[in-house]
Amino acid sequence: MSSSLASSSNLDGSDDTSPQQKQSKKPKYSRFTQQELPACKPLLTPGIVIGIFALVAVLFIPIGLASLSASEAVVEVIDRYDADCVPNDMHGKELDFIQNSSTNKTCTRRLTIPKTMKSPVHIYYELDNFYQNHRRYVKSRSDKQLLQPSKEAETKVCAPEGNTPDGKPIVPCGLIAWSLFNDTYQFSINSDSIQVNKKNIAWASDRSHKFSKDVYPKNFQKGALIGGGKLNESIPLSEQEDLIVWMRTAALPTFRKLYGRIEKDLNANEEITVVIENNYNTYSFGGQKKLVLSTATWIGGKNNFLGVAYLTVGGLCLSLVLAFIVLYLFKPRTLGDPSYLSWNRNPSASMD
Amino acid sequence: MARTGRRKRDRLRWSKLYTFSCLRPSVQLETSDTGTASLGGPGFSRVVHCNQPRLHYKKPLKYPTNYISTTKYNIITFLPKAIFEQFRRVANLYFLMAAILSLTPVAPFSAVSMIAPLAFVVGLSMAKEALEDWRRFIQDMKVNSRKVSVHRSDGLFGYKHWEKLRVGDVVKVEKDQFFPADLLLLSSSYEDGICYVETMNLDGETNLKVKRSLEVTLPLDEDEVFKEFKGIIRCEDPNPSLYTFVGNLEYERQVYAIDPTQILLRDSKLRNTQYIYGVVIFTGHDTKVMQNSTDSPSKRSRIERQMDKIIYILFSVLVLISLISSIGFAVNIKYYMHNWWFLQPDDKDNKLYNPKTPAISGLIHLITALILYGYLIPISLYVSIEVVKVVQAMFINQDLQMYDEEAGIPAQARTSNLNEELGQVHTILSDKTGTLTCNQMDFLKCSIAGISYGVGSSEVEMAAAKHMASHSDFGGVGKGNLSSTSEIEIEPSTPITPVFERVRKSTIKGFSFEDDRLMNGNWTQEQNSGTILMFFRILALCHTAIPELNEETGGFNYEAESPDEGAFLVAAREFGFEFCKRTQSSVFIRERYSPSEGPIEREFKVLNLLEFNSKRKRMSVIVRDESGQTLLLCKGADSIIFERLSKNGRTYEVDTTRHLSEYGEAGLRTLALSYRVLEESEYLAWNAEFVKAKTSIGADREAQLERVAELMEKDLILVGATAVEDKLQRGVPQCIDRLAQAGLKIWVLTGDKMETAINIGYACSLLRQGMKQICLSTAPSDPTQQDAKKAAKENLSLQMSNALQMVKLERDPHAAFALIIDGKGLTHALQDDLKDRFLELAIECASVICCRVSPKQKALVTRLVKEGVGKTTLAIGDGANDVGMIQEADIGVGISGVEGMQAVMASDFSISQFRFLERLLVVHGHWCYKRIAQMICYFFYKNIAFGLTIFYFEAYAAFSGQSVYDDWYMLLFNVVLTSLPVISLGAFEQDVSSEVCLQFPALYQQGPKNLFFDWSRILGWMGNGLYSSLVLYFLSISIFSSESAFRSDGQTADMAAVGTAMFTCIIWAVNIQIALTMSHFTWIQHLCVWGSIASWYLFLVAYGTASPLISGNAFQILVEALGPASIYWISTLLIAVVCNLPYLVHISYQRACNPLDHHVIQEIKYYKKDLEDHDMWKRERSKARQKTKIGFTARVEAKIRHLKGRLHKKLPSITIQTVS
Repeated sequence: MSSSLASSSNLDGSDDTSPQQKQSKKPKYSRFTQQELPACKPLLTPGIVIGIFALVAVLFIPIGLASLSASEAVVEVIDRYDADCVPNDMHGKELDFIQNSSTNKTCTRRLTIPKTMKSPVHIYYELDNFYQNHRRYVKSRSDKQLLQPSKEAETKVCAPEGNTPDGKPIVPCGLIAWSLFNDTYQFSINSDSIQVNKKNIAWASDRSHKFSKDVYPKNFQKGALIGGGKLNESIPLSEQEDLIVWMRTAALPTFRKLYGRIEKDLNANEEITVVIENNYNTYSFGGQKKLVLSTATWIGGKNNFLGVAYLTVGGLCLSLVLAFIVLYLFKPRTLGDPSYLSWNRNPSASMD
Repeated sequence: MARTGRRKRDRLRWSKLYTFSCLRPSVQLETSDTGTASLGGPGFSRVVHCNQPRLHYKKPLKYPTNYISTTKYNIITFLPKAIFEQFRRVANLYFLMAAILSLTPVAPFSAVSMIAPLAFVVGLSMAKEALEDWRRFIQDMKVNSRKVSVHRSDGLFGYKHWEKLRVGDVVKVEKDQFFPADLLLLSSSYEDGICYVETMNLDGETNLKVKRSLEVTLPLDEDEVFKEFKGIIRCEDPNPSLYTFVGNLEYERQVYAIDPTQILLRDSKLRNTQYIYGVVIFTGHDTKVMQNSTDSPSKRSRIERQMDKIIYILFSVLVLISLISSIGFAVNIKYYMHNWWFLQPDDKDNKLYNPKTPAISGLIHLITALILYGYLIPISLYVSIEVVKVVQAMFINQDLQMYDEEAGIPAQARTSNLNEELGQVHTILSDKTGTLTCNQMDFLKCSIAGISYGVGSSEVEMAAAKHMASHSDFGGVGKGNLSSTSEIEIEPSTPITPVFERVRKSTIKGFSFEDDRLMNGNWTQEQNSGTILMFFRILALCHTAIPELNEETGGFNYEAESPDEGAFLVAAREFGFEFCKRTQSSVFIRERYSPSEGPIEREFKVLNLLEFNSKRKRMSVIVRDESGQTLLLCKGADSIIFERLSKNGRTYEVDTTRHLSEYGEAGLRTLALSYRVLEESEYLAWNAEFVKAKTSIGADREAQLERVAELMEKDLILVGATAVEDKLQRGVPQCIDRLAQAGLKIWVLTGDKMETAINIGYACSLLRQGMKQICLSTAPSDPTQQDAKKAAKENLSLQMSNALQMVKLERDPHAAFALIIDGKGLTHALQDDLKDRFLELAIECASVICCRVSPKQKALVTRLVKEGVGKTTLAIGDGANDVGMIQEADIGVGISGVEGMQAVMASDFSISQFRFLERLLVVHGHWCYKRIAQMICYFFYKNIAFGLTIFYFEAYAAFSGQSVYDDWYMLLFNVVLTSLPVISLGAFEQDVSSEVCLQFPALYQQGPKNLFFDWSRILGWMGNGLYSSLVLYFLSISIFSSESAFRSDGQTADMAAVGTAMFTCIIWAVNIQIALTMSHFTWIQHLCVWGSIASWYLFLVAYGTASPLISGNAFQILVEALGPASIYWISTLLIAVVCNLPYLVHISYQRACNPLDHHVIQEIKYYKKDLEDHDMWKRERSKARQKTKIGFTARVEAKIRHLKGRLHKKLPSITIQTVS
């Protein structure tokens, strides 16, 4: 840019043409300004085209197979309980059931393990039709408050769950925390209870840097409306892992969140008894609730899509390799054949 | 004083000699005179008090000062005006609205992320505007602070800045100075008040014009007399007409009429006259030249205008998806929201999401959505284009091959926003003088007594000979090998060092004659030495020039009205007939018959001088030599002279005619010379009549003078003819040839007379023998006739219809037509009812030459072409008279040569020689066009691919206006992460090297045909963007569904992880896409493309390390969450590949089956076939031309066809062979 200005400033000095000035106006030679920098000019020759597609195919098919087999190795047990955990007499009146604090919400489910599940077995709860990605919801949190005890009054962004009706700041504030998931699960095999490890279910960075160990819940769920779970006010936020997991809003309305881990192998055909405290209201928006037990491999949980996609693309590239080979065989064109130049192809454009 | 001594010598009364313009009896006007009746009325209300400028300091006689300003803004108006200019761009206006709205809670993003890019973009553009305007200001200041001598008081003169000049001031302008304002000429250094004026800057005419003061003001020729001088001028109001003036002067209680001969216009130059005195009549913007100037328009390139249309389309898409979004939002609010207890829909402060008022929420959401999806409209597009254009302009400025070593001036892109337009030029409108020609005449050949002298050849001949010689098999034609001629190889010369660079022995300016038969006195040995003597005398005597002793060399320089005359005098001097002195009544010539002899000074009494004008096309002098013989010497256009020859004066007519046609074909300007011996009695009789006519008063004075002159100019004896070469600028014919081969049409618009223009047409190969010339001109009509104009127009209309008919009926595919029209014809042809037909005719013709056009007409013709043809026009010129044309054309190119800076100041590009135009268009234009076109296409692709993913996500987020990406990602997407690769594409991409561009002019046609920015290509890119967005979103979502863990330790992906992963895929996909688009990778491109991808990861790491209060959920996202997850990396690979697969298939297929020209050439270069198979390379280069009927090549081919045609007639048997 500067060079263009420099040269233009000389422009009106046409009448004074002393040799020095003449020299100064001459652009300096450099390969850059003369646009002569060495360049590689790759060319899509048939060889390269076929090579690229072949490479993609060769690369993708093994990856596809690997991820498919990894996905297949995952054992997953899914149990939908939202409907079944409503007493028979309350069918059709699920809302009354769930909103009434006096009803007994305990519910017992039995799950059969289809295949041996190696430790750790991850326990998830899955909700659907729950718009954790809604803008009103996502925005309703105060990161400052979570991190710094002094900023507990920074609740403006948390409306309508910022302050209690009498004006005290709620910690943690906002709709996300307020709607904390509060179903609980207790597992047992043949009445031997299984320990659920609820440590380390949240990101380590969240625990250490986003949720302070000096901030304790305050005035939480004390308002007129009770949303979801309550928090133990004596435990700092950094240790409230359920909350931390919940606060990581999901991208889609159907989502799973980690509840805990069973650090014990579950054998095939074992029957697990789950005692569920069915507290959380998904009935008003017709959302399902599922309990999921799943192992994980290097690609995470069960995900056939990735493998299938890889295989499909790999296969497609393989057929493209064939297609281009056929094309080059049947419509061969010598590279750099001048007869393909427009003036040779279109006789009227050339001079005779 | 030395000055006064010199003045005495100059004080001559030429008016006695001149026939037409000078001696005119001054008419004392009666108040009832019809000519002045309108004075004082509307349009003629100006009153100027001469020598009393104080009277003009206050109203009502307060006229503007002589200060001129051509800037667009001043300090106060800059901000509002420039901001207004900026927000005239739709996209900017949209972003302004978005930025304002981002301050309200409806905005989906933070306010900073909306305002910062806008401020950056607008600020940058405004800074550029300010800079450009500053340069104009500096230029104005230079002009305004020029100094001129002004009468202060009591007969004392002092210097003043031009801008301080007021109406009524008396100024003294000295030789070779510009007139600072429009002046009334009072007196000059010549006794009879004439002065010579060069009006180059006004009308481009190079010949000097004679101006003459009123008789009554002649005594005002000393500084002191102005002590007492007072007068009142009443005249017309400021107007742009250069050739008219109505007014009168009240001086010493008498009223005198003023006509244009007394008016000296600003920006013309005083020549051959020591000084003049004048009164300022019009100042500053009132002057005729300023009235003629139009505001410099802001030009936009075709591509940018088309881009606006695309932006409108994207706007429609934006509005559409916003509507879908807000309807979806309203529906969600109305039917589902009340169920979503976790959102507390019943909250009393909830306005945005109130289920009771879904319509209002929907409307508010529309605004949110319009902002959210704003990524469809690339805000950085404009700023990236600006950056790229500045780089491109820098390349143009720095190009050493467009640097003129002699003048020391590099090429310059003065406005950078038209670079790509250079690649789409369809018609070039060129000025002639100073642009095509150097305006320097060289005496090259002559024909005397039927013998042609002069062995030197013109540039045209040399080039043609070169062409002919290069046909190695051309000689084979005679052997019947006709088929081979169809593959005649025509070697295009390289532009840098033209092969036909002439090396002439002679270094005398204006004289390139070489022939020993005439030089060094050898002519005395020739057969017809008497005739030759007469020829030389005519050269030395028949002119109006003034000799000027050059003190350094002791020789003479000649100040001639036209460069032709100068060349004749130089020639006469070289032949031994040195014109050395002119007095009031005589011309002195030093004649030297052989080098050994000393010169003899002879005096010729000049009795009369019958001037040249364009109607007469001849000039004569009547001289009496020392022996008392009276001769009439006459030179003029051949046709005019030939019809005035006496019966015994036609001895050499046949030979001379043949020579004249040869010279014409060689591109030379020709004149025929003749003389006549007068009897004393005959002369005296005639002179009496002539004097009578000269002193007559009345409208028909000129007609009478002409008639009388006509009586004498008859029964002439032909002596010979001269051939002068109007020296073309270096490389002009070659450049025209190549531009023609690149498919460009070239029109020449010149202020010169028709014959000159035609000769130059020949010299530049715009015309050639065998071309059918259609000359449109209006017959000289009687001005007294009432409907003369109408008749002329009808006549012209008829001529055009006939010509069109002729063109349409032409069957020969090789026939070429040339249209030549003069200014008068143009005034009619440019009227609304005729202009369409004129244009139609002009388009059918291979070359168009407009002569005697005024600056305004140049602009009008340009507009006609621009609007009528609808293609890009380029105007090139060097003088102030070309300014209108330069401003009117889509691209204005100024030649920064000797003619002042007006043309350059008004131009968009300036080069110092016409020949650089080829490189400017064929190399820079071609590259810039492709770069910008590809860049814009890619921009739209990338923003569609990105912007639509935001929309898809909305459908999964209840259309709430939440974005899956972090605000910072989106902010950086356009500004940092994808901007450098696209800028490097726009600045550095080269499809083929500059040599190939020049070797294959046909490649240029990709631009005018708009191959790279037509709708199918744009829509293709948009479709590619749509496809990519679908792949990006749905594959990412399917892989990172929140339903299953994405890591081996079981965590599921939250919104930040999904958004980041998807964004990673986008960065990879669009950068791989641009890598596939590029065909030229220097380290810069590599750095930009791969660096962008790397910078994304670097950013993620840096952002993740920052406080979680800034990064929010993106805290440590790469290092902790995504990095260790293998699925993140393999999904990136998958999606990036899938996004680019169709494009790769498309380009592979296209290359395999329908390669474009540059593809094939790339391959030839890649495999070095051009070196291995040199013949093929040469052959293809010669074929890569557009069919053209102008230029050298066409000329040579026409000649070959002609020869072939002759052969066919002679050898019918061969014809049969070749046909079979």
